[in-house]
Amino acid sequence: MIHSLFLINSSGDIFLEKHWKSVVSRSVCDYFFEAQERATEAENVPPVIPTPHHYLLSVYRHKIFFVAVIQTEVPPLFVIEFLHRVVDTFQDYFGVCSEPMIKDNVVVVYEVLEEMLDNGFPLATESNILKELIKPPTILRTVVNTITGSTNVGNQLPTGQLSVVPWRRTGVKYTNNEAYFDVIEEIDAIIDKSGSTITAEIQGVIDACVKLTGMPDLTLSFMNPRLLDDVSFHPCVRFKRWESERILSFIPPDGNFRLLSYHVSAQNLVAIPVYVKHNISFRDSSSLGRFEITVGPKQTMGKTIEGVIILSQMPRGVLNMSLTPSQGTHTFDPVTKMLSWDVGKINPQKLPSLKGTMSLQAGASKPDENPTINLQFKIQQLAISGLKVNRLDMYGEKYKPFKGIKYMTKAGKFQVRT
Amino acid sequence: MSSNSFVYNEQSGGGEAAELGQEATATISPAGAFGLFSSDLKKNEDLKQMLESSKDSAKLDAMKRIVGMIAKGKNASELFPAVVKNVASKNIEIKKLVYVYLVRYAEEQQDLALLSISTFQRALKDPNQLIRASALRVLSSIRVPIIVPIMMLAIKEASADLSPYVRKNAAHAIQKLYSLDPEQKEMLIEVIEKLLRDKSTLVAGSVVMAFEEVCPDRIDLIHKNYRKLCNLLVDVEEWGQVVIIHMLTRYARTQFVSPWKEDGGLEDNEKSFYESDDEQKEKTDRRKKPYAMDPDHRLLIRNTKPLLQSRNAAVVMAVAQLYWHISPKSETGIISKSLVRLLRSNREVQYIVLQNIATMSIQRKGIFEPYLKSFYVRSTDPTMIKTLKLEILTNLANEANISTLLREFQTYVKSQDKQFAAATIQTIGRCAANISEVADTCLNGLVCLLSNRDEIVVAESVVVIKKLLQMQPAQHGEIIKHMGKLLDSITVPVARASILWLIGENCERVPKIAPDVLRKMAKSFTSEDDLVKLQILNLGAKLYLTNSKQTKLLTQYVLNLGKYDQNYDIRDRTRFIRQLIVPNEKSGALSKYAKKIFLAQKPAPLLESPFKDREHFQLGTLSHTLNIKASGYLELSNWPEVAPDPSVRNVEVIELAKEWTPAGKAKKENPSKKFYSESEEEEDSSDSGSDSESESGSESGDDGASSEDTSEDSEDSSNEQESENGSVAEDKAATKRNPETKGESDSEDGEKKNKKSQTSDSSNVESSSIEESSSESESQSENESESRKVTKEKEKKLKQDRISLTKDVSLLDLDDFNPISTPVALPTPVLSPSLIADLEGLNLSTSSSVISVSTPVFVPVKTHVLLHRMSGKGLAAHYFFPRQPCIFGDKMVSVQITLENTSDQKIENIHIGGKKLPIGMQMHIFNPIDSLEPKGSITVSMGIDFCDSTQTASFQLCTKDNCFNVNIQPPIGELLLPVAMSEKDFKKEQGMLTGMNETSATIITAPQNFTPSVILQKVVNVANMGAVPSGQDKIHRFAAKTVHSGSLMLVTVELKEEGSTAQLIINTEKTVIGSVLLRELKPVLSQG
Repeated sequence: MIHSLFLINSSGDIFLEKHWKSVVSRSVCDYFFEAQERATEAENVPPVIPTPHHYLLSVYRHKIFFVAVIQTEVPPLFVIEFLHRVVDTFQDYFGVCSEPMIKDNVVVVYEVLEEMLDNGFPLATESNILKELIKPPTILRTVVNTITGSTNVGNQLPTGQLSVVPWRRTGVKYTNNEAYFDVIEEIDAIIDKSGSTITAEIQGVIDACVKLTGMPDLTLSFMNPRLLDDVSFHPCVRFKRWESERILSFIPPDGNFRLLSYHVSAQNLVAIPVYVKHNISFRDSSSLGRFEITVGPKQTMGKTIEGVIILSQMPRGVLNMSLTPSQGTHTFDPVTKMLSWDVGKINPQKLPSLKGTMSLQAGASKPDENPTINLQFKIQQLAISGLKVNRLDMYGEKYKPFKGIKYMTKAGKFQVRT
Repeated sequence: MSSNSFVYNEQSGGGEAAELGQEATATISPAGAFGLFSSDLKKNEDLKQMLESSKDSAKLDAMKRIVGMIAKGKNASELFPAVVKNVASKNIEIKKLVYVYLVRYAEEQQDLALLSISTFQRALKDPNQLIRASALRVLSSIRVPIIVPIMMLAIKEASADLSPYVRKNAAHAIQKLYSLDPEQKEMLIEVIEKLLRDKSTLVAGSVVMAFEEVCPDRIDLIHKNYRKLCNLLVDVEEWGQVVIIHMLTRYARTQFVSPWKEDGGLEDNEKSFYESDDEQKEKTDRRKKPYAMDPDHRLLIRNTKPLLQSRNAAVVMAVAQLYWHISPKSETGIISKSLVRLLRSNREVQYIVLQNIATMSIQRKGIFEPYLKSFYVRSTDPTMIKTLKLEILTNLANEANISTLLREFQTYVKSQDKQFAAATIQTIGRCAANISEVADTCLNGLVCLLSNRDEIVVAESVVVIKKLLQMQPAQHGEIIKHMGKLLDSITVPVARASILWLIGENCERVPKIAPDVLRKMAKSFTSEDDLVKLQILNLGAKLYLTNSKQTKLLTQYVLNLGKYDQNYDIRDRTRFIRQLIVPNEKSGALSKYAKKIFLAQKPAPLLESPFKDREHFQLGTLSHTLNIKASGYLELSNWPEVAPDPSVRNVEVIELAKEWTPAGKAKKENPSKKFYSESEEEEDSSDSGSDSESESGSESGDDGASSEDTSEDSEDSSNEQESENGSVAEDKAATKRNPETKGESDSEDGEKKNKKSQTSDSSNVESSSIEESSSESESQSENESESRKVTKEKEKKLKQDRISLTKDVSLLDLDDFNPISTPVALPTPVLSPSLIADLEGLNLSTSSSVISVSTPVFVPVKTHVLLHRMSGKGLAAHYFFPRQPCIFGDKMVSVQITLENTSDQKIENIHIGGKKLPIGMQMHIFNPIDSLEPKGSITVSMGIDFCDSTQTASFQLCTKDNCFNVNIQPPIGELLLPVAMSEKDFKKEQGMLTGMNETSATIITAPQNFTPSVILQKVVNVANMGAVPSGQDKIHRFAAKTVHSGSLMLVTVELKEEGSTAQLIINTEKTVIGSVLLRELKPVLSQG
């Protein structure tokens, strides 16, 4: 299936190549570079590029293009999903997935890639299994390895590979047994000029960090499982039990993993926790424009809104902006025309605002459209949909684990049209 | 990076070899590489030296650098001889890196690569499955044609390996070999056929992949495995799921009739209905519903549904396309929600999913309409996503939502991304064309856009307006005039050409403007684009025909200009037009019709989705994404008119069993043999090929040679004994089969059994599988049948107490004709367990029945204490039943033991000492553990053949210093293996197991304890059983077979009308186990 993989950085250098079948010359990437040039922006490069003898499927993450070369028909999502999995694995192994990091760990990268694919077909992609086969590099291990001459390659087939729970390592041991669950909800919304909601939906995930000894069998139940409209599970979740009882029952993988992602049914009206008042105007005659935005809380259920960041792509005609924020810091990049305002916390008594003028290109006509405002924010201790975890139980092990659940609401793709 | 290399350069001034080497990997900037080229060679010298050094660390360092070079695409092929020497390194990391290197360069250095082959051959026999697997991987990845026969042998052997992981790798190797040498196809298909029958979920995905690559047309190989694949699907790893689903989609399209009633029309349906299989004939009375879905078709649709919830986008997409292509139209709707969910994912995933939704939304708007708002465009989306979303919005537009959509489009038109704005205008045009109610509104809106400042927007509007006007020409004189004026300002050629065409077409409606436009255009003719020039000529011609008085001269002027144009198209057109419209002596009859030709009514263009023509590609494929047939694309066939015979999918028992047995024999022998005869490896590896193919006769000889003398005798004799017994058993089985198939009443059956047992033959043969009974199993079956005889006369409640007693009795009897089992098992404790396992491998066929062993529904994680840390002097041991088919032997129950060192000293040499097993019982011990660190723990697995009894297996767990007596007593529920069977089979089997073989009890409890899930949960908690899909709500069925004898164990929970009582029925030949299980299940089911 997947013939070769090329890693290309933003300046167009191929800095890593790996082949699973016969070697494909790196000149095949020329087609990719062509497409890249045509697309002008990195994110506009088409994910699938046909060339006379091969097809190039690529994903773009962390400023690196991961280009897979394939030769025959294959479901494109198969390859794309796999490439994303590769990136996730690198991130898992090295903390960050960046060019220098990959170059520094090229041997581990190679070993991992070798295990992930055989003849182009995925072999082991579960992080728990991979980590048993190839141990992730840590400073301590590097030191120990150089002294003792031991290796970071496992020599036994991970038992998980053959068991019914391939995602879990065996023989896990912790002195502090703990299980943390983060319920994170993101609001995707488009708000129109007048402040009414065009579309809003809540997408949530439950990320878990489970460090439990042995083979724990966990069940997690919700107070209001009906809220969950569409769900997708980590393979460890027993689907049948969810179907019949709406209970998440699973033997967790060791470490960090995404247990569940869900979508809250559309019938429920989404509470929008912030509003943006804006007054952006360009005048035809003068070369100055007025700019004024204010953010304020609404429907926050008494919680503070934090980490507010406002981003806006200004029209090309804007040369510069002179603005004064009532709090936080702002920057305007005259090249990309990107305005960003890091607001911080919203104090309901004193609403943060950003006021000032824009200087426009002299003689240019006024832009057709006002810029859209993209909003980011966070609300701790609140799941905006009202989802609540009822209880978490553990079976199969005797100790008492420490359990923790955290809720958080974030802005997803939150956009205000002006 | 280049700065990096400088740093290294400076350091290397110090002159240390190691650092010089490092430099080689560090310099990757192209500029640097040239400058250092000469020194590169020298550095390679260093690498060679390091590779030849005696220290592993130096070798490892060198290998790491070499891999670094490969990663950067540098040529490291000249190091081949030095590297290949290390292929046999003991250090596993060096070994792995050498493998990496070999795979990369072996193709270029074929002769040298051959040096490494023997190492792999040896590794193929390694006891460690990981090493076997990786040896196979590398061996098959070395693309050297000479070794094709060796690869073929290795694949054949590995495909029969005990470890599913190795078999998985064998499946991968098939594809590699096929691409290297397509001549091997026939042989490879045989291997595929064998692996397709594999029951491991690990193998399924890979072998289907091999199938798709090597012989996608051999659909007949799938028939027998179809149901198994459907049932396993949920448990297969996600990548395998994608491949299997795609394959099954194609399969379904060839094997089932179309569920799309409206497509076929009544006649077709009628026909297929009358002519197709029996099943449908049975339902002839149901005239109203002429289509009945094949249950297998339904099975596939039902079993893929949970996968829509997968986290893997590729799996979700695969299921979506399966539903799209093979499910009834009414059920397709459920995929939309999951597909919309994927839109939250990364850009690339969105792109593919949107493309597929676009195609789907053309045919079936309905299913995506509720999610209209999910396709609203955000300003931050990349352009390609925006255009795709727009496409879908257009497809979804209808009378009800068009006003909302148009409002949304207004925002898009103003977008700063002008390409997107232009696409929006196209979209508005299409909406106007499709929904006549809004045509005028759209047109007005577009006309407003004509005064937009951006040229691209205006041009696009012009083009769209042109198309719209063409559809309803009459009343739009004003707009045409307005557009005529635009000619002065607009410069985009397509737009100018469109305006000219429009004016020419409507020149009679705008009689004043048209000639004036021509005048202006004549002036600028030479500087126009070719496209515009052609339209000027057209306009001239049309005006000449309608208004020759005013425009004759102008037209001739334009024609003259065209005659000398640089473009031959234009010159051609000029000549053509001149001949046609200007009457002269040469012009023929055509000129009379010139007006008709030029001013004919032209059909309005159809504004269609660009995704229209992608329909014929299977969704979710590369070909669909590219709209080109990609190489290797497999067409989805049309539904057959008449369904092919569905009975081909029925799995027959006998065939299966026979085919499996010989393979099973050969494989089990080899790995463990190697274990004992390291010294003979060279020899062995050379004959191993013939070995694996030859029959067990030669094997027993081999074994004798490699094991100790004491065991030789006993083994040989046991072999003899076995073969005798085996043949007898087979004869019996043959005679047995007849009555069984005839379906004689079970009382007769029961009698027969008893007679059999007197003649000391396996009665197990009975139970749908024909295992050649081994000497061991014989003793067991003897016990059983004996006990049955006794219990016949006894009250049921006494049974349990009887067991031990009857055992003792039969033991005495047994010693007479079965002296072998005891000597083997007891006197040579260290060697025998593995030997026994080998023997077992010889004798037992894999489980086989109508009913295949399925994966456990639920694995309880309850552990039992084997050895408490207090009594174990720091060594603690727990055991639990993983409910996996045991890899050591088919009759064994696998037990996982977790050993834990709670002391603060290392515990050394943990092994199993003497065993005190009841007659017939066997154990496969784990390999001794050298040492266990303080606080360390290790999990090992064992296999114990409990002979289908709950007797305790006692043995000694020894460390270097101590021995502890421990014992394992299995709960009755762990002596079972769940089987998957259909309701029909269940009933059939149950029908054969009534009377004596049936035990039942009444349960009374609160109704809420009788929900299906609760019952399932409770039953599987107690016993390792598989649920049987039930057609009735009130009846729950579970099936399993006993591990040792493979007798069926059927549990039925039948709910009574009142809701608080239920009848628990257990049918099994093994009445003892049955009644014990009943006793265990009853309280569990009764309690709240």
